[in-house]
Amino acid sequence: MSISRRRALLGWAYAAPAAAFVVLLFLVPLATVGQMSVSDWSLLGGNRGWNAPDNFTDLAADPLLWPSVGFTLFYTVLVGVIVLVLAMLLALLVQESTRWNSMLRTAVLVPSALGLASASLLFWGLYSPNIGPISPILQWLGVIHEPISFLGTPQAALWSTVFLIVWRFTGFYMLILMVGLQAIPVEVYEAARLDGASRWTTFWNVTLPLLRPSIALAVVLSVTGSLLAFDQFFILTKGGPDNSTVTIVQLIYRAAFQHFNLGVAAALSLLVLLALLVINVAQFRALRPKD
Amino acid sequence: MRAFSRLVRTPYYVLTGGIALVFIFPLVWAGYASVAPQGGTAQTDGFGFGNYAKLLNYDAGLLAYLGNSALVALLTVVMTTLVSLLAGYAFARFTFIGKNVLFFLVLGILMVPSASLLIPLYVLLGSVGLANSLFGLSLVLTMYQLPFSIFMMRISFEAVPAELEESALVDGTNSFGALWYVLAPAVLPGIVTVALYAFLAAWNDFISPLILINDSDLAPLPLAIANLRQQAMGSIDYGVTEAGVVVLALPCVVLFLLLQRFYIRGFMSGALKG
Repeated sequence: MSISRRRALLGWAYAAPAAAFVVLLFLVPLATVGQMSVSDWSLLGGNRGWNAPDNFTDLAADPLLWPSVGFTLFYTVLVGVIVLVLAMLLALLVQESTRWNSMLRTAVLVPSALGLASASLLFWGLYSPNIGPISPILQWLGVIHEPISFLGTPQAALWSTVFLIVWRFTGFYMLILMVGLQAIPVEVYEAARLDGASRWTTFWNVTLPLLRPSIALAVVLSVTGSLLAFDQFFILTKGGPDNSTVTIVQLIYRAAFQHFNLGVAAALSLLVLLALLVINVAQFRALRPKD
Repeated sequence: MRAFSRLVRTPYYVLTGGIALVFIFPLVWAGYASVAPQGGTAQTDGFGFGNYAKLLNYDAGLLAYLGNSALVALLTVVMTTLVSLLAGYAFARFTFIGKNVLFFLVLGILMVPSASLLIPLYVLLGSVGLANSLFGLSLVLTMYQLPFSIFMMRISFEAVPAELEESALVDGTNSFGALWYVLAPAVLPGIVTVALYAFLAAWNDFISPLILINDSDLAPLPLAIANLRQQAMGSIDYGVTEAGVVVLALPCVVLFLLLQRFYIRGFMSGALKG
């Protein structure tokens, strides 16, 4: 056997465990979700054969479908704008490496080590009327006179969740943008300064374009994460009040484990998968560096 | 001059200090609320660990849930590290048929929402006797970690000079020996980063066990704490919930503070090729 052939076989041997994971836990489930989406498949009864397109018509008839799609999209835009703008401001604020700044970075970054479920449970207590500290502090300061109901109305529940996400994820995106900022050579800024550019012009015409790859990464991660939001709404708002905060992934969960209909859950899973693929391809095209 | 610059900097310190406080406050509060006296909790008189004591005896017991979480985290970390170490070596140092296709498929896992795969995985794991299995859950969590981990290990191996491996091979070591004794130490920072991210993901994941584990005694800690809220009769016990949050958060925060350098390394790899 030739050396290059031997090397090729060795390479395959080292890659084999990864290949097994990809085939058995990724490609096979991917094919299965396709099959399930066109099958009459209940949680307890299993597969009872082909029924296309019943799962999709059932899905379209669900009165919660379009409200939850609308809510998820609105939430995605809201969180994306707030978190990324804040992350950018913080990244600019702490990019100079001093002792104070590195402490500041750590403080903003610590929440990102927590799981989203843990963070949601934490804020569930923080927002509660029983032990929550925010209303008493604000009342003591004289800012408010009645305790705030953080999860009682649709508006309040949405903003309370957005604040939780800002707390949990701003540091994460700050770090992505900061790594990008530090990769910009100092000479570029010096050249801009010699040209007499103001701070704002420099940021707008020099920093932002050079930061494009980092911004693209942050936008794609943020949009994907928000479109698939689940933990925070499952734990904090339970989709309420009045189903005002139900996201698409919650609909998948409800179809499977509350209506026991895996076929419908698979149909929705497949649509989410395709939608995300289209959205991500569009984002990469819009955000790729201009040549 | 010095006093002047200090004066200019003061608003900066006030602003940034305030921001740091906003981010630290919820964590400090959770610790406080878990030991503070509060009506309707297991800690009504003075400060103490009543909420933790209650957590210790809740249902299957805190130790059982901690054990479930520890087992899942251990299995996920070991499998992720081994599989990505070998695959990273293969992708960085060997040419073989299907190499690019395989790498593309690994990255493809990122493009597919985890929630979309959980429904078929629930059925498939059930059909091979891995329903309600912590090992099955670990397999799924490992699969989700592969894109990041294999990418990380590939660029780690690519940064090691080829001569290092060649000299070992000339000395008569086989490729596995070279990997184990020469290359693995050289890519150790990458391995630590991969293991850290695998631990955080496995310890914290919520939706995968929610769907794949139906036996409440087998629930990992995040799921157990979330279940606990729903079981309380009548009034909800917030004290024991915050005690659970502290138990969940503590290992993550400690690991993060100890290994912050490796945590940040994970971001560098993303930004470089992003």
